[in-house]
Amino acid sequence: MISLFLRDLKLSMRAGGGALIGVLFFMTVVAVVPFAVGPDLNLLSRIGPAILWIGALLASLLGLDRLFQAEREDGSLDLMLMQEAPLVLTVLVKCLAHWTATGLPLVIAAPLLGLFMNMSEVAIGATMLTLLVGTPAITFIGATGAAVAVTLPRGGLLVSILVLPLAIPVLIFGVSAAYAAVQDPAPFLPPLLILIAITLFFAVIGPLAAALALRSASD
Amino acid sequence: MPIRLRVEGLSAKRGEDLIFHDISFIVAAGEALIVTGPNGSGKSTLLRVLAGLLAPESGTAQLDDTAADIGHPRELCHYLGHRNAMKRELTVEENLSFWKSFMGDSVGGSGIGIEEATEALGLGGISHLPFGYLSAGQQRRMAMAKLLVAYRPVWILDEPTAALDAAADRLFAGLVERHLSAGGIVIAATHQPLGVSARELRMTGFAGVGEVV
Repeated sequence: MISLFLRDLKLSMRAGGGALIGVLFFMTVVAVVPFAVGPDLNLLSRIGPAILWIGALLASLLGLDRLFQAEREDGSLDLMLMQEAPLVLTVLVKCLAHWTATGLPLVIAAPLLGLFMNMSEVAIGATMLTLLVGTPAITFIGATGAAVAVTLPRGGLLVSILVLPLAIPVLIFGVSAAYAAVQDPAPFLPPLLILIAITLFFAVIGPLAAALALRSASD
Repeated sequence: MPIRLRVEGLSAKRGEDLIFHDISFIVAAGEALIVTGPNGSGKSTLLRVLAGLLAPESGTAQLDDTAADIGHPRELCHYLGHRNAMKRELTVEENLSFWKSFMGDSVGGSGIGIEEATEALGLGGISHLPFGYLSAGQQRRMAMAKLLVAYRPVWILDEPTAALDAAADRLFAGLVERHLSAGGIVIAATHQPLGVSARELRMTGFAGVGEVV
């Protein structure tokens, strides 16, 4: 399983792997917001965490559809379906590798983009923390969507549409925890803990559903 | 520990159409079964059912193993389909070492090293190249090296020699021969003779019954 993790990481770094596409997209989205909103620094710092979260959400949806489709196209998926190792575990490892290659760079890029949005240090730190614990959930949910759409030649948009509604709770609690860190009366810990709970919940449900979908999608 | 593949009354559908029905045969250890028939007669479908990738409509395909308790029969099979299951971006060596450690060995044997496997297919010394750089025939041969790096008693091969030249054909026949003499089972769908003595399952297509001759 470690070899699968390393292979997927390697693949995402090589040409056409698309590990950096997500970060570039994230940067582009966040960087154009100040131009649209105008030079109102207070407004920018107020909407900063929400913009960062929306940018990260959209960026992590990019490339999710290739998670199993690329494996299917070259026949690797057939072999993965045949192994003794449980398919759920294989899916989980693929999700973790995908998040490490595409989700983690978003978390790392977040502080820089926070500066674009005139956010305070505390807000940047809180947003980074919520992204760190929240974005894996998007990958796990996305794996299910990717598995459902694996046989469709242009499943990319469909995956995004399938996944977005399910990712709304992640967005809500991620943003509210980030705001709670800077706005005084709101408590920071409860939304953060709920966010962690959501991630853990989908870490179980997502691979399970994806494995079921992959088994029944075989042709 | 001789194994035996027993297929009884197997039938399969693609969509709504019955592709074949009531196919029964037994392949014992050390035997090969060649599946022949015109295009669209259901050779690939049969192999995918045997590999556990497609649910049969009715009937069973079982591996009898007198000694060990086996899980699903597909775990004891190698499946070499039309697609090579290798990543173009990775080198041959990276591809093979991934499959070697991901697949592991079935009980009763062990896979050989990656260098050895590429040598056995006559392509030693180019395993450092990205898989995408190789020619179609070389890619096919490297995909065959997968059969050697991880041990599985049953090989299910779907037109294995399609892109190969005559010399590579003979090379591959040798590998199949060696696998059979070690007590393995080979089931191959092919249009060209494989160069090993084998029984033949002729598929007639369009819900016809295959006959073993």
